Amino acid sequence: MSKGLPETRTDTAMSELVPEPRPKPAVPMKPVSINSNLLGYIGIDTIIEQMRKKTMKTGFDFNIMVVGQSGLGKSTLVNTLFKSQVSRKASSWNREEKIPKTVEIKAIGHVIEEGGVKMKLTVIDTPGFGDQINNENCWEPIEKYINEQYEKFLKEEVNIARKKRIPDTRVHCCLYFISPTGHSLRPLDLEFMKHLSKVVNIIPVIAKADTMTLEEKSEFKQRVRKELEVNGIEFYPQKEFDEDLEDKTENDKIRQESMPFAVVGSDKEYQVNGKRVLGRKTPWGIIEVENLSHCEFALLRDFVIRTHLQDLKEVTHNIHYETYRAKRLNDNGGLPPGEGLLGTVLPPVPATPCPTAE
Amino acid sequence: MAVAVGRPSNEELRNLSLSGHVGFDSLPDQLVNKSTSQGFCFNILCVGETGIGKSTLMDTLFNTKFESDPATHNEPGVRLKARSYELQESNVRLKLTIVDTVGFGDQINKDDSYKPIVEYIDAQFEAYLQEELKIKRSLFNYHDTRIHACLYFIAPTGHSLKSLDLVTMKKLDSKVNIIPIIAKADTIAKNELHKFKSKIMSELVSNGVQIYQFPTDEETVAEINATMSVHLPFAVVGSTEEVKIGNKMAKARQYPWGVVQVENENHCDFVKLREMLIRVNMEDLREQTHTRHYELYRRCKLEEMGFKDTDPDSKPFSLQETYEAKRNEFLGELQKKEEEMRQMFVMRVKEKEAELKEAEKELHEKFDLLKRTHQEEKKKVEDKKKELEEEVNSFQKKKAAAQLLQSQAQQSGAQQTKKDKDKKKNSRRSELEILKIQVCKENREGTHYVLVLVI
Repeated sequence: MSKGLPETRTDTAMSELVPEPRPKPAVPMKPVSINSNLLGYIGIDTIIEQMRKKTMKTGFDFNIMVVGQSGLGKSTLVNTLFKSQVSRKASSWNREEKIPKTVEIKAIGHVIEEGGVKMKLTVIDTPGFGDQINNENCWEPIEKYINEQYEKFLKEEVNIARKKRIPDTRVHCCLYFISPTGHSLRPLDLEFMKHLSKVVNIIPVIAKADTMTLEEKSEFKQRVRKELEVNGIEFYPQKEFDEDLEDKTENDKIRQESMPFAVVGSDKEYQVNGKRVLGRKTPWGIIEVENLSHCEFALLRDFVIRTHLQDLKEVTHNIHYETYRAKRLNDNGGLPPGEGLLGTVLPPVPATPCPTAE
Repeated sequence: MAVAVGRPSNEELRNLSLSGHVGFDSLPDQLVNKSTSQGFCFNILCVGETGIGKSTLMDTLFNTKFESDPATHNEPGVRLKARSYELQESNVRLKLTIVDTVGFGDQINKDDSYKPIVEYIDAQFEAYLQEELKIKRSLFNYHDTRIHACLYFIAPTGHSLKSLDLVTMKKLDSKVNIIPIIAKADTIAKNELHKFKSKIMSELVSNGVQIYQFPTDEETVAEINATMSVHLPFAVVGSTEEVKIGNKMAKARQYPWGVVQVENENHCDFVKLREMLIRVNMEDLREQTHTRHYELYRRCKLEEMGFKDTDPDSKPFSLQETYEAKRNEFLGELQKKEEEMRQMFVMRVKEKEAELKEAEKELHEKFDLLKRTHQEEKKKVEDKKKELEEEVNSFQKKKAAAQLLQSQAQQSGAQQTKKDKDKKKNSRRSELEILKIQVCKENREGTHYVLVLVI
């Protein structure tokens, strides 16, 4: 009795099932650098202008979250930053009305325009944070909200028929308000920042800085910086994301000297030396908000808006969102990291021409 | 601690007015600076017959001599050759990839000429899609190899488009931005050129070929794009040689009857092409590739693989769930097939075994039969042998007895012997008779016969 014949037949049949390796796409050769002797002007650098025009047309989204105990001046600061009534302050100070029983998340969107650039600004307020007697886990609703926005974006991105521009509601920047005690950080501050620095860009800010003298201010800042370092809290700009030496030196300077910014906010204008400035009027003088010798508001504004706005968005998109996405896809499918969703498990799909778009 | 999350109020998007300079108008600059430091990618595909001037035009467009030897006309099929270059102008770095179709239009049978081109374009989309679907992906420093613009070189026959051109362009128009250009335009006279252009455009329209439309939605470029669109397809002349015209050197082709200046708008549309391709619409070409052609490919591909956005109850699927379901389904199918095969194999083996067993049984039976017959034969032979021996014995006895008698008779005398003989004869006879009777009896049983006793 020979069993030789049936065996060979199944062997060939089996091998037909194993998918053939996909043919590799034609990868271009290594770029040959020919830049030294261009015989004339081509016009490649006009792409910058083209890009700028395009982005100006589409507009920008920016979502900023403010976190801190009530009364630290969050709404005032946001209004000062964006020079308009972005947040409406609570008019009446009724305990039940003002302090909610739980941490709420309130997101209000505005459209502001400047110099032809349209920006959809969303300010996310967190009333109730740190105001209860028992503040355990009060950062959880905030973390949940942030993850919900990532989830929303992921769902849109994963759709078959995607929108041309996925609406971006992810939190790009979180301003954390530190109470100016003059001593050190509170346990609540440390806990919050420890949990959230991994999912969002946190910029710690010392509120109501006009309660401290210059020496107190610099000591406090040093202590806060030390404490953050000791607890391993990476606030924005994170050291690990510095791209090149130039970035590193610039960011180092900010990290080690200026941050956390000690700010004063105000939306009232006063006359000082013949100019109208934003400030706070006190019996002993007028605190100018935009004066660098009085407080560091101008530094914060320049940092967040004028130089690092795009970077905040990019770090959120390229790093925090990607981390969330990778974790989510990993947990869901048990797929090992690095393997694509379209791994070699699936059978080779014949290249059929797609129907033309209607 | 109970949690209440307020819903973001999306409806209330008020327009706010700023009371001072905030500073986010530097945002486009911030964005552009980031992109500048990373560098830009631009990929051009040149489709056209061998010798129509693709390499020369690329050299002229980008003001450099890209090294390449001209292709022969003996290519067995169409293949794509991609070359990458890094160009830098002021602070802008451009990673330029030029893909050439080698051997296009040279074969006798051009049925499959478009296929390698479509496959190449799809392969680039596929590579991007794979990257996008990875779990750990790095899209922001991904080297984009998708084709942003396809320059289709039309031969300057002066009549109309070749059928190969129509077929190829029809296959490519949903995958890439097609910009048709008339090559070697210095072979056509001005009036013929106008007729040729309108003929080409009407043919494209009537065959439903969608070429790249220059965008007219933004005011700054709308005007220039509109005026340029009128001149499609651009009739170009390429040259890297410089000829002295007036008091400066310009790129031109020198003929005995005159000099064709490449950058003279009266002579050819090269300047228009350069404007449109590079200086005005490069970014738009990239964007169209990503948002239109790539999305279409992605949608087709994912739908092909069975992913849907909503199931019959119109509940949104998540890609992950669908993928898991598909994967399990496929694995299940695989297992089923394996089982089937195994079962088939087992069945076959069983059948063969049964057959062989049958054969074995038959053989056994035969063997037994043979053995039996052999035994029987042997027995018969033995019986016969015995009989024979008995007969021999009895014969021997009788012979001995006869001899004894004979000797007795000889000794006793004749009468005695005679009497004995007679007696013997009689006894013998009577024995015989008795035997006969016995035999008769035996032979005629059942019949009544009168036995005649013969004395």
